[in-house]
Amino acid sequence: MIRPGKMIKQVLQSLFMKPATLLYPFKKSPMPEHFRGEIIFHPELCIGCQMCVRDCPSRAIKIKKTEDNKFEAEIDLGKCIYCAQCVMSCPKKALESTKEFELAVLDKSKLKIIFSADPKKSSDSQKTP
Amino acid sequence: MPPEKGLKMRKVVIPIGPQHPALKEPESFNVTLSGERIMAFSARLGYNHRGIEKACEERTYVQDVYLVERICGICSHTHSTSFTQAVEELAALDVPKRALYIRVIIGELERIHSHLLWLGIAGHEVGFDTLLMYSWRDREVVMDILAELTGNRVNYGINVIGGVKRDLEGHHIKDISKAVDTLEERTKYYIDIATKETTLIQRLSGVGKLPHEDALSLGATGPTARASNVARDIRQDDPYAVYSELGFRIVTDNHNDVYGRTLVRLGELMETYRLIRAAVNNLPEGPIAVKAPRKIPEGEVFSRYEAPRGENVHYIKSNGTDKPERVKVRAPTLANVQTVARMLEDEQLADLPIVIAAIDPCFSCTDRMITVKDPDDSNPRGIIKWDDIRSYSIGLYRSRGVDFSLLNKKLAEKLKC
Ligand code: SF4
Ligand code: SF4
Repeated sequence: MIRPGKMIKQVLQSLFMKPATLLYPFKKSPMPEHFRGEIIFHPELCIGCQMCVRDCPSRAIKIKKTEDNKFEAEIDLGKCIYCAQCVMSCPKKALESTKEFELAVLDKSKLKIIFSADPKKSSDSQKTP
Repeated sequence: MPPEKGLKMRKVVIPIGPQHPALKEPESFNVTLSGERIMAFSARLGYNHRGIEKACEERTYVQDVYLVERICGICSHTHSTSFTQAVEELAALDVPKRALYIRVIIGELERIHSHLLWLGIAGHEVGFDTLLMYSWRDREVVMDILAELTGNRVNYGINVIGGVKRDLEGHHIKDISKAVDTLEERTKYYIDIATKETTLIQRLSGVGKLPHEDALSLGATGPTARASNVARDIRQDDPYAVYSELGFRIVTDNHNDVYGRTLVRLGELMETYRLIRAAVNNLPEGPIAVKAPRKIPEGEVFSRYEAPRGENVHYIKSNGTDKPERVKVRAPTLANVQTVARMLEDEQLADLPIVIAAIDPCFSCTDRMITVKDPDDSNPRGIIKWDDIRSYSIGLYRSRGVDFSLLNKKLAEKLKC
C-alpha cells in the first residue's frame, strides 16, 4: 500500500534494540585477520637487501647498516600508508604487519620510529622482540 | 506569490563553492537564478588536483597499484583492478581464473557498499535521515565482510599485478553467503520503501530529468545513464574478468529522473547479490597469482571497468622499463558531471543538492588536469613552460606585496638548524 511513514514500524522496533554503535574507545572491535597496521622490524632477520625500500610506494622506510651484518630500520609512520608491500617484498620476513592502529601522536617527531638491534637506539624498544 | 504577468524577475547569479558548508568536496558551481528557478548552471572542477598521474610516472608498476587504489576512497578496488588488468595485458600475463573470480567478488561487494552509501546520502539530501541511518547501519555488514576478506574496510590492497594477494577459504565463503542473505533481505525492504513510501516517491519523481536522447548525447554512464533507459554496462558490453561466464542482466529504468536512479541502484544491488552467489559457487580451484615481471614490455593499453558510478577507464603507455611512461585515468564522474547542467534546467534551487548527489559524484577522483592560461598570449590554451609559470607566480605575488624570497631564506635557515 502506498502511504507515508513506511519506516515507522522499523523505527519503533529499534527503540527496544541494542545500539548498533560501539562505545569506542572503551570497547574496541577486534581487528580482522589480515589487518594491515603498524609495521614492525626484526633486525636479527634482515640481510640489508633493500627490497622493501625499493618497493615502498611512499618512501616511508629506510634501512641502514650499523655494523657488519647489522641493520636498523627507520619507518616514518606519517608517510606510511600501511599497504604492507614491504612485508610482501621482504625475502627474509624481517618485516611484519601488526594489528596496531591507534598511532596518532601530538608530537610529530614521534612518528619516526627506529628499530635497531641495539636496544638503546631503538625508539620502539618495547615492541622490538 | 507568482510574479505578475509582464513583471520580469531579475536574474541573480550565485556562486556555490569552492568552500561551502553544503559541499563535501571543494568544487565550484555557478547557478543563475530567476527567483527560485535555475536558468543556467555551470560547474568548475580543479580544486582537488593531486597530480596522481604524474606521481604514477615516477613510481614503479608495483608501487602504482597502491597509488591508483587511493584515487577513490569508495571505489578503490575499481581503480586497482583497472590498472592491474591493463598492466597484465601489456605483459601478456595469464592471470589464474581463481584470482579473477576473487576480483569479481570483491568488486561486487564494493558495489554494494557504494550503492548503500549512496542510498543513505540521497535520503539525507531530501531530508529523509531515517533512511540514511538504517542504510548505513546495514552497510556495515558489507564493510565487515570486506575487512575480513582483505584486511581493511577500504583500500583493500588485494590486487597485485598477476593476480590477488589473499585467497578465499571455506569460512570466508560461508560468511559471504550469510552476509549476502542478510543484505538481500534488507535491500528488498528498501525496495519496498522506495516503491511505497509516498513522500519519497513524490520528492524524487520528476526531479532532475535527463531524457534518453540527452543521456546519449551527453555521454552519461553508469546508473545515471541506465535510469534514462540507456542499456550500457561494461560488464556486458566489454566483459572483463569473468563476467562473461557469470551471466549478467542490465538493470534499466525509464523514469529518467532521480527516482529512476534510485530504482536502478536498488535493482543493481539485487543483481549484484546474484553475481556474488554465482561467483562463490563456481569458484575454481588453483593458484591465485602468477609472477609478474618488473619491466613491462613496450606498448599501449586501454582498460575499462564498470565502477559503481559508471565506466572507469585507465590508459597506460609503457616504454619497456619498470615505470609507466603515461598513465591516464578517467573516473565516471567526469562523464556524468556534464549531465547535471541539463538535469537542472528549469528546476527549483532546492532540488540542486539531490540532483547533484544523484549522479553519485566523486570530484577528487575526477580531477585529472589543470589548464594554466597564459594571460599575455592571444592563444588562451598556449603551453607555458615550468620556469615561466614559476616566474609568473613570483611576479604576481610580488605585485600583491608578498615576497617569497624572504620566506625562502627563513626556510633555508630553519632547515639548516
Ligand atoms: S606499509 Fe607500505 S608505505 Fe608503509 S613502509 Fe611498508 S611499503 Fe612503505
Ligand atoms: S627487504 Fe627485508 S631483508 Fe631486505 S632490507 Fe628490507 S627488511 Fe631487510
